[in-house]
Formats: sequence, C-alpha cells, structure tokens
Amino acid sequence: MEWVNAIVQGILIGGLYALFAAGLSLIFGVMRLVNIAHGDMIVAAAYVALVVVQATGLHPLASAFIVVPLMAALGYAMQRLLLNPTIGKDLLSPLLVTFGISVILQNGLLVAFTADSHRLAAGSIETANIQVAPGLALGVLPLVMFAASVLIIFGLELIFYRTSLGRAFRATSDDPEIAQLMKLDRNHVFGMAMALSAAIVAIAGIFLAIRTNFDPSAGPARLIFGFEAVIIGGLGNLWGTLAGGIVLGVAQAIGAQISPGWQILAGHLVFFLVLAVRPRGLFPRMD
Amino acid sequence: MAVSFAIQRSTRLSRVTAIVALLLLAGLIAAPWWAGRANVRLLGEVYSFVALATLWNLMAGYAGLVSVGQQAYVGFGGYMLFALAMFLGVHPLAAIAIAGVAGAIIALPIAPLLFRLQGAYFAIGTWVLAEVFRLSFAQVSSLGGGSGTSLPAAIVVGIASDRALREAAIYWTALTIAVASIAFVVLLLRSRMGLALTALRDSEVASESLGIDIWRTKLVVYVAVAGFTSMTGAFIFLQKLRISPDAAFSVNDWTAYVIFIAVIGGIGTIEGPIIGTVLFFLLRETLADLGTTYLIVLGAVAILVMLRAPKGLWGYFAERTGITLVPVRRRVVFPE
Amino acid sequence: MSEPLLSIRGLKAGYGDFQALFGIDLDVPAGETLALIGANGAGKSTLLRTVTGLVPCRPEMVCFDGRAIGGMRPDRIAALGIGLVPEGRRLFRSLSVEENLVIGGERALAGPWSLERVYSLFPILREKRRNPGMALSGGQQQMVAIGRALMANPRLILFDEISLGLAPVVIRDIYAALPPILATGVSVVLVEQDVTRALSVAQRFACIQEGRVSLAGKPGEHDRAAITAAYFGTDVKPGAH
Repeated sequence: MEWVNAIVQGILIGGLYALFAAGLSLIFGVMRLVNIAHGDMIVAAAYVALVVVQATGLHPLASAFIVVPLMAALGYAMQRLLLNPTIGKDLLSPLLVTFGISVILQNGLLVAFTADSHRLAAGSIETANIQVAPGLALGVLPLVMFAASVLIIFGLELIFYRTSLGRAFRATSDDPEIAQLMKLDRNHVFGMAMALSAAIVAIAGIFLAIRTNFDPSAGPARLIFGFEAVIIGGLGNLWGTLAGGIVLGVAQAIGAQISPGWQILAGHLVFFLVLAVRPRGLFPRMD
Repeated sequence: MAVSFAIQRSTRLSRVTAIVALLLLAGLIAAPWWAGRANVRLLGEVYSFVALATLWNLMAGYAGLVSVGQQAYVGFGGYMLFALAMFLGVHPLAAIAIAGVAGAIIALPIAPLLFRLQGAYFAIGTWVLAEVFRLSFAQVSSLGGGSGTSLPAAIVVGIASDRALREAAIYWTALTIAVASIAFVVLLLRSRMGLALTALRDSEVASESLGIDIWRTKLVVYVAVAGFTSMTGAFIFLQKLRISPDAAFSVNDWTAYVIFIAVIGGIGTIEGPIIGTVLFFLLRETLADLGTTYLIVLGAVAILVMLRAPKGLWGYFAERTGITLVPVRRRVVFPE
Repeated sequence: MSEPLLSIRGLKAGYGDFQALFGIDLDVPAGETLALIGANGAGKSTLLRTVTGLVPCRPEMVCFDGRAIGGMRPDRIAALGIGLVPEGRRLFRSLSVEENLVIGGERALAGPWSLERVYSLFPILREKRRNPGMALSGGQQQMVAIGRALMANPRLILFDEISLGLAPVVIRDIYAALPPILATGVSVVLVEQDVTRALSVAQRFACIQEGRVSLAGKPGEHDRAAITAAYFGTDVKPGAH
C-alpha cells in the first residue's frame, strides 16, 4: 500500500511538474527561446505571493488574482526590453541573457529576503484528504493542484488552437517574416507569449509556495524538473508534457521509496534513460 | 597565368606579443620569489579561472556547445583528486593529471547522450548532468557524503616537505594548467580541426555540406575540455583543501562567474577570456569580496554586453582596430 | 489625373553588402495592373520585398497614397493596405487552410472580400478548409496564398511569381481567377517570368534587368525583339519608352 500511495503522490506531483514545463514549452514553441530563468521566475512568483499574502492577509490561492496579472505584466516587459533584441540572431545571446537574468533574480531574492526558507499556509485544505481505499488517502490539495494543471493545459490548447492570439503565436512561430505581413507585430506577439508563460509561472509559484518550503536558490531545480518533463514527454506536445511530468513524478516517488537521497537522482536517471533510448520523447508531436 | 601567393600565420604584432608573453611568463614563473604568500595563492586562483574561461569559450564560442554545467567536471576533478590521494596514496600533483584523464574518459559516453539535445536544451542537459554528479557524490560516505571532507594534512605535506617549496609547486601546477589550456586552444584552432571549428561557428549547415564531420569535431572538443576542466577542478580543490558536493558543483562559482568573464572579455576570441579574468579579479580585489552583490552587478553587465556589444571588450576592440594578438587565422599574402 | 497609388523613385536596396536594386523608377496608378518582368535574379522579388518593408530602404524611395513608406515596419505597411502573395506561397505550416485565410483577414480594411467570397472564387478550398495548409497541391496552395492576401481587402496587391513550379493547366486556372480580382478595382503589381501571361493581364509593364528598369511602357507599344533585348540585357536602350 505504501508503494501505491507513493506512486499516486508521484502522479499528482507530476501535474505540478507539467505546470512548470508548460510555460517553458510555450515559449520554445512560439519563439524558439529556452528561458533559463524560468525556474527562478517561479520562485520569484512565490515570493511575490508571500509579500501579497503578508500585506493583504489574503488566502494564498486567492492571491493569484494579484500575482498572476502582475507577473504577466513583468514577463511582457522583460520580453520586450531584454529578450526580443536577442531573438533570431544566434544561439548564444538569448541563452546568456536568460542565464544572466537567472543569476540576478536568484541573488536579488537573496538580498531582499535572505536565505531563509518560507512556506505559505493554506489553512485546513492542506491536511484535508479523501480516503479512497484502506491505507490510501488522497490529499485534497494535491488533487486540486493536479486538476488545476490539467485545466491550465486544456486552456492553453484552447488558446493555441481556437483564438486569434493562438493563430498569431503559431503563424509567428512558423514564418516570422510573413507573419508580419499579416499585420502581426512580432515584438508584441512575443511579449504576449512571455506574458502568458509568466501567468502560468505565477500559478506554479503559488502552488510551489503552498506545497513546500522555498528559498531563493530553489529556481534551478524547478527549471530542471520542467525541462525533464518536456524532454521525457516529447517536444511540441502539451499533453505529452503532462505525461512526462507524471513519469518524472513517479520515478522520483519510487526513488524516494528506495532511499530518500535517491529521490531526485532517480528522476535524473530516468531522464537520461529516455534521452538514450527515445531521444524524441515518449509522445513527440509528429511534424 | 598563375598568381603566386603565400599563406602567413603570424603578423609582426603577434610576434611581438609572443615575445612579451614569454617575458611575462618568465616573470610569473618566478612569482614565488617576488610575490607574497597571499598573492601567490591569488595568482593560482586567477590561473584556474583563466583556464576555465578559456575552455568554456572554446566550447561555446567556437564549437557552438553552450554549457552551463561545466561545474560537473570541476567537481568531478576535485573528488578524483581527493579519492586518488586519500584511497590510493597517489601523489597529489600526479593525481591532478590523472583526474584530467578520468574526466575525459567519463565525458566520452556522456557526450553522445547530451548531443541529442539541441541548442539551449543541450545547455540545460549539461546542468542536469552536474546535478547527477552532485547528488551521486553526496551519496559516497567515504568522501564525506553530503557535508564533504577535508584533505588530510599528511597528504598535503607529502607534496614537498618544505612549505615554501610546497606552495611553489602548487602554484607552478596552476600556471602549467592555465598555459596548457591556452596552448591547447591555440594549437587546436591553428590546426585543421580549428579551421573546421571556425567554419562551424560561422555556419553549421555550410560546414556539413563541405564534408566537415560536425559530430566528431564537437565530440573531440567536449571530451578534451572535460579533461582540462577536471584537471583545473582537481587543482582548485587541492588549494582549497576541502571539498563538499555543494562547493564542488556550485553553479555560481564554476559557471556563472566563468560565463560572465568570457562574455565580458569577449566570446570567440583567445584574448577575451584572459582579459575578462584579469578584469574580474581586479574588480573583486578592489571592491572587496561582495559575493551576492558582485554576482548581480556582473550579471547585469554581462546582459548589457550581450545586448549592446556582443563581442565583448576584446572583441569590440579587435574589431575596431583589427588587432589580433594571438595568431590563429591564416592570411593570404600576395607578393608585390 | 490623380497621383499614382504606388510611386517608386530612385529605389536602391539590397541585402547587407549585396546591392540588388540600383535606382528604380516606377508608378502604379490606382486601379491598374503593372507587370514586372525579368529574368531570375534581376531584382523583381527584392523590389516587392522593399515595398512591403521586408527589405529596408530610404523613406522617400517608396510612396504609397502620397505617403513615404520606405523602410517602415512591415506590419505597419500591411495595415496601410498593401498585400503580398509571396514567392513560394509561404503558407503557415501549423495553420489549416481556413486558418490561413482567417489570419489574412484579421484587422482587414473594408472591402468586398470575405471568407465566403474567397471560397466562391476558389471552390476547392471550401472542400479542403480543415486540411493543413501544406497538405494541398501546389496550385491549391497558391489559391490559399492569394485568398489570404485578398482577405485583408488591400488596395494594392503584389503577386510574386504565382505561376512558379505549377503545371500549365494549373497556371491557367490561377490566372482565370485574376479578372474577378482585378474587377474590384484593386491595384496590382504582377511579377512574372512568363512574359506573355504577364502582358495579357496588365495595362503597363516594366522590365527589370540587373537591378534597373531596362524597358517600360504599355504592352502593345514594344515588339518582341525589344522586350527580349531588355529582358536579357542585350543591346539595352536606356530610357526607352
């Protein structure tokens, strides 16, 4: 039963990993940019939520109403000011600029908040659980987070395939030159893509803040989990990313059952295994 | 009617530079006699960063392999040194060389895996590798597990009985590693593979169509850099006398600083990383070690450089003046 | 007589170190069709790309509706009412046929063209509306590319080599769609390597040779020999009318 419990927990946290990955995937799909600061943005969002909660007394989940638009705006600005000038030129520029942003974010948070770890209290929902079978209890909060992740991925697919913005994303990604002839301002389209990614990052950050202790150095691990979920699941496929997140979560859960020190390592090893055996991922989108 | 021409490698300026460099080298070799103990240690640190920056620049600036995970090999080299010295009784200075070879050997099977990742995904993959190393070494209790271990005094004394000689030997080892790294990069770029690398940097597609085996070229570069980086890492932790997973595989210390140095100094040039390192340490010593704030400032400057002057300090200067101190290009010269 | 809709004066443009156009003068009066003929590499596509803003030039070199637009951002130029049917079709790979058309019609100017009307012009597209754009034959893709440009209700359409790579039967079908388009009063610049086709639909023509206008005028004014000479650059008579 312990093992079943562990695996179920692994599946549920897979949803959170997929959320980490969704923003990363979106940006790569639209502008071929890998945002190395992605994990640090998630942590920054967690800190923003912390500040909002402390200032307003709102419930962490409710703080989303402030944190999400704020992060979206910041993401838009960051894209237009720092990242748009680097896109399209070469590989080095966007990578190094996002790396620089990552370092600055981490150390900036360190200066502003010290290395102390924090956690957001979500009240009674944290311990509430549903008894599914003898010995198997599903936490309400992890279930809510998983459901939210699924909903967000669903929403992203909707945006991409049913809205004018989504068409703009796809067209700009396919052919940036001709997309301009469709009256699409490249800078604005890219800004909107980052804003959307930042909005997802905001939710991921709030979930992270509730689930675990976080500190300024927690960013890289989140980036890596998101990245591994994308690679395991397969590039270009959001539902594949969810599957990848679940595989990662389960791998980590199994690793933890073997020995606590093996939890994260198990995830990395599964990642390398997939890379060796199925380099395109488990569910790559056929192009 | 055939036109005769000659291919020239060096210019007058580069020959002058070579002489100046040799004189400088002689002076640096003699440092244990004219510099104080603290400065000798500092110079050793400078050399290790010159090596790391030069090697990173070869991978990123020439082979298109942008790694944010070189700390994997820095830490690996450090742990190899400790393991070889503590468990096999190898002389520390010899252990440094062996650690280099070991680094190259493990890089061999790893490279093909990482090469399946393109562009920036490759970069994150190198980071994951470093994390795997960090977590793995944290499991090895004989090397101190998660909290690390110190190098027994007996081993340190084993290098040389006289303290002054010992510190000089360590210093000369660092100098050798730095010079060897630079020499390796220069010789590689001057060779046929170097021509391939420059072509690769300009256009991968065009290079491939000319028959250049991109994969093999990248493999050679990755493995060689891994080896030299491991050697450097071994030296670094010999000087530190203490190792732990977090210190060995620290992104900030072995990647962030190194990348910022290379970017600000000038990617894709040989002079750039050297100048960047000198600048980095000058600033660090004059502004006092600020750690976090220094990182933020460096990061901001690096971003500015990438946005406004992507060729870095030296690249910008070289472009304006056409000066190259280190001759890696071939020039076609037509006689009058 | 009012000013021409599109007016090009002394246009010099190129790609980095490579100059492709060395001083082009052209006019397109409103409602008329100008055929641009010339060999491969003569500079015809570069000319169109400069008008749409994809290639930079000095502002006063290109005037649209009396306004200097040279070097303006392509999305702004498109908003002014200039549409391009690009060489090689360049449909959006991730979009379906219908989505390609719809995106062309976003923020469209007022005018006769709509999704319905495009489907009436090219009925086969209505059948294939949900297919990915690239899954169609060359001729059908060309129809989508034309439809996509029409959806914006532009005042000036630039057709770049619409017969390229297509079988003669298909080319005939494509060109059969031109009269209904021209009948709406839109101004057109038609780049074509097939001289006969081009001259059969245009009121004026200009021959581009190595980045310069080698011959210009109305289709009936010049004989075959003169056009051939201007096309290939043999015995060029500068400034011939």
